[in-house]
Amino acid sequence: MQETPNLNYVNQLARGDEAIKNELITVIKTEFPEEKEDYYKSVKEQEFKKIEENVHRLKHKISILGLEKSYKIANEFEHNLREHSLKKQQDFEKILIAITNYIETI
Amino acid sequence: MDCIIIDDEKMARVVLKTLCNEIDSLHLVEEFPSAIQAMKFLNETKVDLIFLDIHMPDFNGLDFIRSLKSPPKIILTTSDPQFAIEAFEYDFIVDYLLKPITAARFQKAIQKAEKFELASAEPSPVVPTKTPVSKDIDNDFYINIDRRLIKIDLPSIYLVEAKGDYIKIKTEEKEYTVHSTLKKIEEKLPDALFLKVHRSYIINLKKIIDIEDNSVLIKRDVIPVSRSKRPELMKRLDLL
Repeated sequence: MQETPNLNYVNQLARGDEAIKNELITVIKTEFPEEKEDYYKSVKEQEFKKIEENVHRLKHKISILGLEKSYKIANEFEHNLREHSLKKQQDFEKILIAITNYIETI
Repeated sequence: MDCIIIDDEKMARVVLKTLCNEIDSLHLVEEFPSAIQAMKFLNETKVDLIFLDIHMPDFNGLDFIRSLKSPPKIILTTSDPQFAIEAFEYDFIVDYLLKPITAARFQKAIQKAEKFELASAEPSPVVPTKTPVSKDIDNDFYINIDRRLIKIDLPSIYLVEAKGDYIKIKTEEKEYTVHSTLKKIEEKLPDALFLKVHRSYIINLKKIIDIEDNSVLIKRDVIPVSRSKRPELMKRLDLL
């Protein structure tokens, strides 16, 4: 079963402070689409080093949204990119779609 | 403790800022999206503690550490513990925090920082505390891949290739990609066996199959030889 993004970590960090929670959500909603765009751009250009850097940045968002299995997939993809392999690309991009859909709801 | 945050990712800076604000003894002075910006700041301002991301584009956390003349205490923040291992060679690294950082783990790191005494108050050059590895031919060394330390038999290496922030080590059995530099591995390889023939390649002289003009064939790899390195290469070969 596919895991679902969640705000458990954000809530733990904010400890009931709505201002902190909103700030964290705003950063996710702003930074994630930019990083996702950078990722697809680097994929289009087939620049492995840049793809790897973009995956690395996106990995943090994946972990913040509580996606533990997806984080492992992102790790594997990042490692494969170091070997100039795109194995796990499709799985990684499914995660991006899931996060894109989720952040529209928060 | 006066502290700064260095991380290229805004989300990471906001998380750390939130965690810093929870601790009375911490005073967050500034945050920086790049190590270069932080260096300019540190030239004029002294801080007690730096939260430093290791994996940053262009000038990464390790480059930053090496550039410090009088380093304060540093807590590393990273998604990859393997990158933190190299940094732990420096005696001013207090701890490392794996992202996403929890409040409990953050507090523990701060407690360590508060107890942590820098070895010397005097400015000292940044040098690893690691014991130099002997360069005997019989030697071997360990590399860190995905949290596993893998032993590499030196004579089995036939080629080392620089790939950006990484090096590719090719042995008789396998290939390994490691976050390191050609200069670092060159220091560990015995001079009698290995030669840097190009700014991106170190070869095992015993594994050369043939040499033609400005290239050598090693296994199935054709490796360029710099013009400046060719005389040294020819001198080292046992010509008939």
